[in-house]
Amino acid sequence: MKLAEVIKRLDLKVFAGAKDLTRTVGGGYAGDLLSDVMAHGQKDHLWVTVQVHPNIIAVAVLKELAGIVLVNGREPAPETAEKAKEKGVPLIGTRLSAYEFAGRLYGMGIKRE
Amino acid sequence: MTEAVSFQQEFKVKGGDFSRGGEASCEIKNLLRDLGLDPQLVRRAAIACYEAEMNIIMYAWQGQLDLLVTPHRIRIIAEDKGPGIADIKQAMREGYSTATPEMRELGFGAGMGLANIKKNTDTFRITSKVGRGTRLELTIKTNGRKA
Ligand SMILES: Nc1ncnc2c1ncn2[C@@H]1O[C@H](COP(=O)(O)OP(=O)(O)O)[C@@H](O)[C@H]1O
Ligand SMILES: [Mg+2]
Repeated sequence: MKLAEVIKRLDLKVFAGAKDLTRTVGGGYAGDLLSDVMAHGQKDHLWVTVQVHPNIIAVAVLKELAGIVLVNGREPAPETAEKAKEKGVPLIGTRLSAYEFAGRLYGMGIKRE
Repeated sequence: MTEAVSFQQEFKVKGGDFSRGGEASCEIKNLLRDLGLDPQLVRRAAIACYEAEMNIIMYAWQGQLDLLVTPHRIRIIAEDKGPGIADIKQAMREGYSTATPEMRELGFGAGMGLANIKKNTDTFRITSKVGRGTRLELTIKTNGRKA
């Protein structure tokens, strides 16, 4: 499923990287420890996290993630949004918790680990 | 090294500079990709570089990543001037971390970095002198594998 469709169906907010929503979401990974995401995130995963600081962008770039979803209504730091734009990383927000958001994604058939 | 070098470049990393965290690794990843190396190998190198780069930023005063690509391997040397590591065995243990509370709040300090590096490389050598610095010598075999 394309990221743009996920955003539409789950009514998500796009903070940055709106140009890169044609990517296919091939699964997801939830976590707030950067090394854990470096170890277990996979290419094309949506990364679900509460971290909003600029260092999350490099993780998404290096792991070729489909995008980053900030949960619990959290807003990115201004430098984070700037970096996301510069590197073409979709930075998205939801009012849902990580648990609820992952459940919705799963319910939409986005399951591959 | 008797092997022909197809590419070599050094990337400076400044201790404490979180604002550039991951930049050197992103550059290295792009270079390896542009050299036409297998994406799976490029991803492994990216993980190793990132963890090494962040360790320099988090714990050392200054350092560098030295990338060397030969027809059969990617070699990365991460070297820093810094406090060094007194007990390497302990540092290698997953979950062990001396990261500050501020770093942990940002999601650093999982204590998985060195283990992640080891898992993603074919050879891993770490040497350190307390009060002087730390050196990682890493290789990933490519066997000339292209994308
Ligand atoms: N370059 C370095 N200089 C000094 N100490 C280091 C360096 N790299 C790692 N260490 C020490 O080893 C520990 C474990 O490192 P690592 O596995 O990367 O986990 P983390 O960085 O999450 O703590 C660090 O907490 C630190 O005490
Ligand atoms: Mg580390």
